[in-house]
Amino acid sequence: MNSATLASLSNLLVPTATVIYTLALLAHTVEWSSGLRVRKPAEQKVLVGADGAEIPAGADADGTDEPDRSSRWQQASRIGVLLTVLAFVMHAGGVLTRGLAAGRVPWGNMYEFAITASLAVAAVYLFLLTRQRLEWLGLLVTFVLAATLGIAVLALYVPAADLLPALHSYWLVIHVSAAAVAGGGFTVGGLASILYLIKSRAEAREADGKPMSAALRRVPSSAGMDAVAYKVHAFAFPLWTFGVLVAGPIWAYYAWGRAWGWDPKEVWSLVTWVVYAAYLHARATAGWRGRRAAWVAIAGWVVFLFNFIGVNLLLSGIHAYSGL
Amino acid sequence: MSEVKEHVETEPVMSGGKPPERPEPPALGLVGWLRWSWRQLTSMKTALVLLFLLALGAVPGSLIPQIPVDPIKVSDFYEANPSLASWYDKFGLFDVYKSVWFSAIYLLLFISLIGCVVPRLQVYLKALRARPPKPPRNLNRLPGHQRFETDASEADVLAAAHQELRKRRFRVETYDGAIGAERGYLREAGNLVFHFSLILTLVGVAWGSLFGYRGTVLVVVGNGFSNAVAQYDDFTPGRSFTPDDLPPFTLTVNSFKATFETQGPQRGAARSFDAGITYQETPESPEKSYDLQVNHPLSIDGTKVHLLGHGYAPKVTVRDGKGDIAFSGPSPFLPQDANFSSFGVVKAPDARPAQLGFEGFFLPTAVIDQRGPVSVFPDAVNPALVLTAYYGRPADETGKPQSVYQLDKTKLTQFDDGKGDKLRFQLAPGQSIDLPDGRGSLTFDSYDQWVKLQISHTPGLNLALAGILLAILGLMGSLFVHPRRTWVRVRTEDGRTVVEVAGLDRGPERGLGDELDAISNILNRKREQA
Ligand code: HEM
Repeated sequence: MNSATLASLSNLLVPTATVIYTLALLAHTVEWSSGLRVRKPAEQKVLVGADGAEIPAGADADGTDEPDRSSRWQQASRIGVLLTVLAFVMHAGGVLTRGLAAGRVPWGNMYEFAITASLAVAAVYLFLLTRQRLEWLGLLVTFVLAATLGIAVLALYVPAADLLPALHSYWLVIHVSAAAVAGGGFTVGGLASILYLIKSRAEAREADGKPMSAALRRVPSSAGMDAVAYKVHAFAFPLWTFGVLVAGPIWAYYAWGRAWGWDPKEVWSLVTWVVYAAYLHARATAGWRGRRAAWVAIAGWVVFLFNFIGVNLLLSGIHAYSGL
Repeated sequence: MSEVKEHVETEPVMSGGKPPERPEPPALGLVGWLRWSWRQLTSMKTALVLLFLLALGAVPGSLIPQIPVDPIKVSDFYEANPSLASWYDKFGLFDVYKSVWFSAIYLLLFISLIGCVVPRLQVYLKALRARPPKPPRNLNRLPGHQRFETDASEADVLAAAHQELRKRRFRVETYDGAIGAERGYLREAGNLVFHFSLILTLVGVAWGSLFGYRGTVLVVVGNGFSNAVAQYDDFTPGRSFTPDDLPPFTLTVNSFKATFETQGPQRGAARSFDAGITYQETPESPEKSYDLQVNHPLSIDGTKVHLLGHGYAPKVTVRDGKGDIAFSGPSPFLPQDANFSSFGVVKAPDARPAQLGFEGFFLPTAVIDQRGPVSVFPDAVNPALVLTAYYGRPADETGKPQSVYQLDKTKLTQFDDGKGDKLRFQLAPGQSIDLPDGRGSLTFDSYDQWVKLQISHTPGLNLALAGILLAILGLMGSLFVHPRRTWVRVRTEDGRTVVEVAGLDRGPERGLGDELDAISNILNRKREQA
């Protein structure tokens, strides 16, 4: 296949993956909405709508209650995961063909970085899924994936081309892949922290006698989510350290003659690193464990996102490869 | 970690029998107060706050132009907002990373770090020699507690559990009717290595900024450079640098080639730069050649030569009113845009009867559009020189250095074209123009290229790198090693052996491993066999 064919194959695969992620998002939305109605703890048979109006049990077409409902959300969840896997395969193919078409690694500009970074998010999520129950993150993950790819395809697209000379180096490959996979971890960790905050709030309210929605009751306990969030961050942080504090400076040294020059991108990578170091500290500090630490993790994710998106668009610097 | 934390935080603050109430500043005079401050500084909360401050403090440097990064932007900012700029300047906001307050944050952080890890190192060394402790009285209050009965003898049970735990690389200690086991000592070691390595990195960075240097020089192809401070266009020495630290090498740039994308949306984007150079490490050493490229610096005795940029230097010959050659040679012009429209000046101060000066653009691929002549491609496809010209009284020898990129027009008069407009002319290589009133002529002979070289030496870099790599190694130990304890206790009741097992997670909320189940499975199997 020549590079034009590969490029158009990539241009076919990436939008298709976007659509399938969106379908997966839909499936997970069905999964969650099938449990958003809050059951009063006392009278289990009476359902309460979102507006507070009571809905008689058995109002559904089949007239049955609990067991069937739960299997419906389980089905939706399974379909969501399957669609995510399918989209991931296309997505990976799209990134691969893009790289082959350009004859280099696919992160020479903002479009390529968006499709590659979101591939890392999907990869980290699916990898974790093989080791523990993580479907409960599907809704947020597929939302992020569909949104990122959608923006990439609609707003950031540039045709495949060569890199600037400063971008030719295998250290660039190491630097960006480490940063991208770590970013995938930060994203999954940040999403887990968001759900953790929601769940732990619901748990606290339940302890006060307020009801919890079935959808939230289904997902793991806040302690379990916290453990997952920690594991993902513990995996991503050393990788980020290597990516931006080792591989990045080595590459910068070869390309620009200095290892560290306080370029905006470098500053924000360091800020990201420091905030995640603070997160790990917060988890070991009395009074900061739990909810506050989760907020620090979310702050880290926001800083990471700003580094990826905002710095390229708003602040000038020599990391100017956005192709915009 | 919990043991260490307990140890560090419950150590008596002051002798004298008072309970160690920390939050209250003691009324104990200077020494007590100093101790109290030290404990505050080295507490985990302070470390957390300082980390936040460091993150916050780094941000303005990415939003406000910085002197070391882009001095021209800083002076532009001064011009645009003079009063705001003087406030910024008071707080060091134009050079955040060398400012007093930023340095204060990271120095405090590192003092806190040392104050924190040195005591922990001592605790750790003691803990290394300690044996796994006896089981606590009530094992059933611990996580993972299991209790079952078996016909095997107490000794057999303990031996089997001992063997299983050893296999799982626990350190095991036998007590009367019980064993205590522990593993994961490397976690705290990893944590200590991580924090100590950060200090190593900081030392490396400081070393480099004290003893290193960095300079840039623009060399026209065909010319040479010898490594002496006076030869640099711009030179930044570290605080402890001395000129003797410069290795005495010389180099010559023999050729330069840049290639550019000729098609597609990225048309004009640079694809490769390539400078052929020859160099001698010392005046006595043999000449060597090197292919200098971006990403491919030349290393001479620890000093690195990087190719940073390139541009054009039009070669012109200026004849004065008497017909003598007043100037001849290349003048480097500085690129102003991505298509290398390059601005520069040609000076002929020795021209007589009037000195001459020229200012304008070199356009590698010139096209005339409604804005006038512009360059539309960075490669020299259709080079042109577009200049305006000045004349004036012969200059006095002031001895003051003058920029080669700017014309001091205060005492010069601009030529006009006889119709009241400024004289402006465009030349292709080989073309000439005669100046009005027989004041001389200018010939655009051809053009050369120039390269901008950076020569730098950063001595602590390897140390800093080693520090970070070691830190990552330590970090992995700290994050992935899972320290935990396991206890097994046996006693005989009614002729049967009652076994209790339980564990304790000593890492951050990672739960226990599957060792408890493994032990009970083995013992249960034994029971079935018995
Ligand atoms: C340069 C500043 C610092 C950075 C970047 C940093 C970074 C980190 C990181 C990434 C961890 C996580 C590793 C782990 O969980 O074991 C950690 C843990 C830890 N740090 Fe720091 N640290 C810094 C300064 C300090 C200071 C000043 C203290 C003392 C107050 C300190 C005490 C600790 C302790 C006790 C842990 C272990 C927490 C646990 O048990 O999980 N660190 N640090």
